[in-house]
Amino acid sequence: MMASEFICLGIESTAHTFGIGIASSENGVLVDVKSVYKPPIGAGIHPREAAQHHCEEAPSVINQALKEFGRKIDSIDTVAFSMGPGLGPALRTGATVARALATWLNKPLVPVHHAIAHIELASLLTGAKDPLVILVSGGHTTITAYAGRRWRVFGETEDITLGNLLDVFAREASLLSPGGPAVESLAKKGEKFIDLPYVVKGNDVSFSGLLTAAKKKLQMNYDLKDLCHSLQEVAFSMVAETSERALAFTEKKEVLLVGGVAANERLQQMISEIACEHNANFYVVPKRYSGDCGAQIAWTALLVHRSGIEVKVEKSYVKPKWRLDQVTIPWRDVQNCL
Amino acid sequence: MLIKKGAEANLYLEEWHGIKAIIKKRMPKKYRIYELDTKIRQTRTVREAQLIRNAKTVGIPSPIIYAIDLEKTTIIMKHIEGTRVKEVLNTPTFEKKQELCYQIGQLIGQLHNAGIIHGDLTTSNMIVSKNRIYLLDFGLGDHSIDLEERGVDLLLIKRAFQSAHYQYFKQCFDGLIKGYKQEVGEEMSKEVMKRLRDIERRGRYTSRGELHEG
Repeated sequence: MMASEFICLGIESTAHTFGIGIASSENGVLVDVKSVYKPPIGAGIHPREAAQHHCEEAPSVINQALKEFGRKIDSIDTVAFSMGPGLGPALRTGATVARALATWLNKPLVPVHHAIAHIELASLLTGAKDPLVILVSGGHTTITAYAGRRWRVFGETEDITLGNLLDVFAREASLLSPGGPAVESLAKKGEKFIDLPYVVKGNDVSFSGLLTAAKKKLQMNYDLKDLCHSLQEVAFSMVAETSERALAFTEKKEVLLVGGVAANERLQQMISEIACEHNANFYVVPKRYSGDCGAQIAWTALLVHRSGIEVKVEKSYVKPKWRLDQVTIPWRDVQNCL
Repeated sequence: MLIKKGAEANLYLEEWHGIKAIIKKRMPKKYRIYELDTKIRQTRTVREAQLIRNAKTVGIPSPIIYAIDLEKTTIIMKHIEGTRVKEVLNTPTFEKKQELCYQIGQLIGQLHNAGIIHGDLTTSNMIVSKNRIYLLDFGLGDHSIDLEERGVDLLLIKRAFQSAHYQYFKQCFDGLIKGYKQEVGEEMSKEVMKRLRDIERRGRYTSRGELHEG
């Protein structure tokens, strides 16, 4: 066993999280350490500030990860990084650390698509084989299924993401970052439903009008608990409806909820209900790994590298706008039918 | 008899005053809170009936509406026997994919000319029956002549081709656009396509010059 074991160190730095994960081909995730940049109350993530945070935190996160790893550093076979999509300055900081480590260790450098990494780690942890994936985070709101060596997008947001909606609303309401958990805990105490715009376009959703309306109601001094409740109900119902459409269309037998917003219990409840309604198994990424982390990069890099994909240091440019459905996936051995 | 459990509604094939009819019932959604659920189901029931009626007046093949029951959010309509475009396009031996998509493009063009937006154009909402294509499921539609709405309509069918028919994306979408142009004219078609690209760019992770082509 040990002779064929392959170990990868992965670096995540697409947005507010700087994370180092170490994964083994035989034993899955071994180590997952992170440091999360927290913007001041009332402000969003400033890309330069986030990059500065990653720069300052990188040495201690790496040291902690290697300490937890406990083996010699040269037992690491490859170094991987989030190549995109994400904030340019943040991505470049992680990439710089990865290039330095790979060069110093003289090991191959492996590029990983951040969203695909969310899906692969969640698949490992839940055992989902061929699911309809609902990816909801600060960077994505995408309904996707695998077919013909790619993740095919069946529905997505036409403007801002679900995570973005919750974050910006929370910021406007002077709640603590991250906004999602703050909105969720207030929503649990909300009772009255306040009418807000519900926008579904086929399998797509649009949240920008909802955000504007919710911000206006905030200024009109509606009860914050009721507003959080109503915002969640409307936004999550939109995601649940489009997911159900995609599920009916693709006839998949599994539904996998991933990304930072997957930690929200109300959203989990809604998505599990639609899965049940269509006789599909419902899976959700464990809360500990729902947000961005190094482990998702390390684990996915093992799959990427096994397919023979590496990148030369001098060509390892980051791709801030790398779309999920532009990545060819050689490693999934699922039937291609839809 | 329940014949289809869709995302939006259940379809039953029943005897209705001596004729075979489809009963389309928008079921309450457990995941949605009551106020939101009722509003959505009632609005869409009314809208679907209105839009199908208007589409028929300009010659778009779609089911005849016999009756609606708003209390039960139910529409009773003619049963169209045929095959969904989704299945037809994914039949490898079917060679006339581009021609079929050309006709679909023409139908969408006719709808838009009549100020109607379908709102949910996918290949499972179209049925081929006796060499005619029927459009169904107008519940997310609207009356509008906005470029934005027209652009979204085309984006939805483009995405359906990209995801469910990726092997044939180019021939399907090219055929559809030709048919659309035939109906709305060169100039309008150009404007709608430009808006379609703008909408795509507004979305996540698309940059100028690097648009996803399937």
